[in-house]
Amino acid sequence: MFKGILKDQSVQTSIGVIFILLIFGSFILPEWMSNNFMYGMSRGLAVLGLMILWRTNLVSFGHALYYGFGAYAVALCQKFFGVTDIFLRLLIAVAAAGLLGFALGFILRKYREIFFAMLSLAFSMVLYGLLAKAEFLGSTDGMSISPSTFFGTELGRIALFNFIGLVVILAIIFAQAYLRSSLGHLTTAIQDNEIRVEYLGYSVEKAIHIKYVISACLAGGAGGLMAASLGQVDPDSMVLWSVSGELVFVTIMSGLGNILAPFIGAVIFEFIRTYAFEWAPQAWQMIIGGTLLAIIFFSPGGLWSLFQKLNFLRKKNNE
Amino acid sequence: MKFGTMKTVSSVFLTFLFVIGTLFTTSVYAKDRIKVGVVSFLTGPAGGPFGIPAKQGAELVIDAINAGTMPAPYNKKGFAGATLDAIYSDESGGGTKQVALFRDFVQKQNVDAMIGYISSGNCMAIGPVADELKMLTVFSTCGTPRLYEEKLRSHVFRTQANAVGDSLAAAKYIADEYFKGKMTTAGKMYTGINQNYAWGQDSYKFFELGMKVYMPSAVGSSKPQFPKLFAGQYGTEISALSLDKAKVVHSSFWNGDWEAFVLQAMVRGFFKQKIVVSSVGGSAVDTLGKKFPDGVIMGTRGLVGLNVRDNKDPLNTWFVSEYKKRYKAWPLGPSYQYARSVMAYKLAMDKAAASAGKFPTQDQAISAMKGMKFKSFVDTIEFTRGGGHQAVHAISYGITKYNKAKGEPEVENLKTYAASCIYPPAGVKSEDWINNGMPGRKCE
Repeated sequence: MFKGILKDQSVQTSIGVIFILLIFGSFILPEWMSNNFMYGMSRGLAVLGLMILWRTNLVSFGHALYYGFGAYAVALCQKFFGVTDIFLRLLIAVAAAGLLGFALGFILRKYREIFFAMLSLAFSMVLYGLLAKAEFLGSTDGMSISPSTFFGTELGRIALFNFIGLVVILAIIFAQAYLRSSLGHLTTAIQDNEIRVEYLGYSVEKAIHIKYVISACLAGGAGGLMAASLGQVDPDSMVLWSVSGELVFVTIMSGLGNILAPFIGAVIFEFIRTYAFEWAPQAWQMIIGGTLLAIIFFSPGGLWSLFQKLNFLRKKNNE
Repeated sequence: MKFGTMKTVSSVFLTFLFVIGTLFTTSVYAKDRIKVGVVSFLTGPAGGPFGIPAKQGAELVIDAINAGTMPAPYNKKGFAGATLDAIYSDESGGGTKQVALFRDFVQKQNVDAMIGYISSGNCMAIGPVADELKMLTVFSTCGTPRLYEEKLRSHVFRTQANAVGDSLAAAKYIADEYFKGKMTTAGKMYTGINQNYAWGQDSYKFFELGMKVYMPSAVGSSKPQFPKLFAGQYGTEISALSLDKAKVVHSSFWNGDWEAFVLQAMVRGFFKQKIVVSSVGGSAVDTLGKKFPDGVIMGTRGLVGLNVRDNKDPLNTWFVSEYKKRYKAWPLGPSYQYARSVMAYKLAMDKAAASAGKFPTQDQAISAMKGMKFKSFVDTIEFTRGGGHQAVHAISYGITKYNKAKGEPEVENLKTYAASCIYPPAGVKSEDWINNGMPGRKCE
């Protein structure tokens, strides 16, 4: 599955871009910018998860379920077991979301289109309801998270930034390897004709289930890293439907064209939001919504298609 | 890497830099100007009843202090002589989003201080970050006692006393004015309707705990109602409360939820049948005007808003008349609360400048503010809790009564409870203090 993955052009591009970004972010850019890059890269992981599902025409309106579950897993492990190690945090977030995705996958893999979207939304709102009512989980106030450590030493912002960058690189390698494998290639086939895929001897439900778990793991990891970098989790900004909506928003904005697209989209989203809040505190939602409309009208393939129009990524990209 | 890939990489990256470069702006401020972020709900359901009046209250006072037109003791122009440039921002979107914005304020906009925040969730989220980034932050409205009871804060102040006192004062009002012999034992029952989230849960919890101390013979209903936040429809809850034997109903509803509840309950004769005590419903008294029922026991979280409208303190009459002139509305509780935070900040800056002999540093301003006593609109407020960072003040409750002659809502039978009566002494956790029977409380 991983054979020749490092020779893949998308992977090489992504690694290159992220490395340059890490160098710039660590030494040159002001801190608020590296913060935005950090949030963007974290959220980008969840968007990557959505993109993987989207390529089979499955749109999840409830991915904040895993995003928030990962974040709360980190918060709870700190509260009850005192876990602050960044590796453990990431691992816990991914594992918790993966397990939940595996369990719910048995139900969700049977549904398509709007039924899939709405059912996933319903599951995410169940988690929201539970969190908002549970006083020992901080209710709607949420919980704060102490800075992450690495084998006992506290991690600074720059170290965390680089850690997240490396996680993103690993995720990109893994996701691209998956998409290039025969399981990943089934993606398009399932989208085209499920019955034929079954006749070829593959189980569509199983393929979708695996895809769903991968997607959940990515979203969980994203939530975990976001929790670690923000230092706070609460249901309104981690689990509510509007968070799922934001993830879908960024996916549409990024486009499905390339494995790097979700991260570029997510970073740009962070910057748009920062400036929207600054310039129009009473109408920032309008700016964000307007951006989405503009993209749908003028560049339906998302931001990535703009890069492609620049005509330097065209060859070899659609292998 | 091949040459082609390198080209790709550099192109993508240059595009990145271009996008960011066009967005990147910095502004340099001279020393005679300071920059302060003022955060309140400008959008969403909390905008109308809280956020917008709050912003207006801050705006009015900031402009007046900048111009030097505010009455004494705030008549000295500027903040330690400097003009304050306020950046107003939206509080919507949850604690996590606010933390990201707070970092932007500090690191991107290079503010000198932060003022505001209404939601307790946001305050809990911002508190640790403000300390981490070493940014002087004055919280205005949020009420959670956890803010200082969990941990003392180095850079965070709060000019609003926490919500424990709001619930306790409500309980004391009920105990003193209604339960002391005036009702039969069957009548000494209370229940509540509160939104099912942190604020609502805490408010009822402390009301109940307070009731147990002030009137141990009173009985809490076994079925207090906790409808969902922003539910909007309360038919079932109103039925359940009507069937409940409890006569007194406590509510910490706010915004549209409170208005919806009032309108839906009124047509069913609820306010004639029950005694309703509301801890933050003040904004609806003005929006509903003469449609608002008489006889609701109303709190305003301190000597602010509706309950002090007619107070003749010069600072108060100035504020009310200027506010009405500029915004064509009565100042609400949050208008006062935000204005108060600005005033505390001004006083601390002036005090620090006086002792330093020059424009103060942030650390000097913080030590000036610590434990400070300052004049609010009708009372004097002291930072005496939370290691000198948390203010406490008196809380008042009164009964709503529409004045038909003037065409304006009013309150009567106003009772004010001193801070020493409804807040634990410094260093004691509220819940422990109440459970121990509130040792050392001084009520008049």
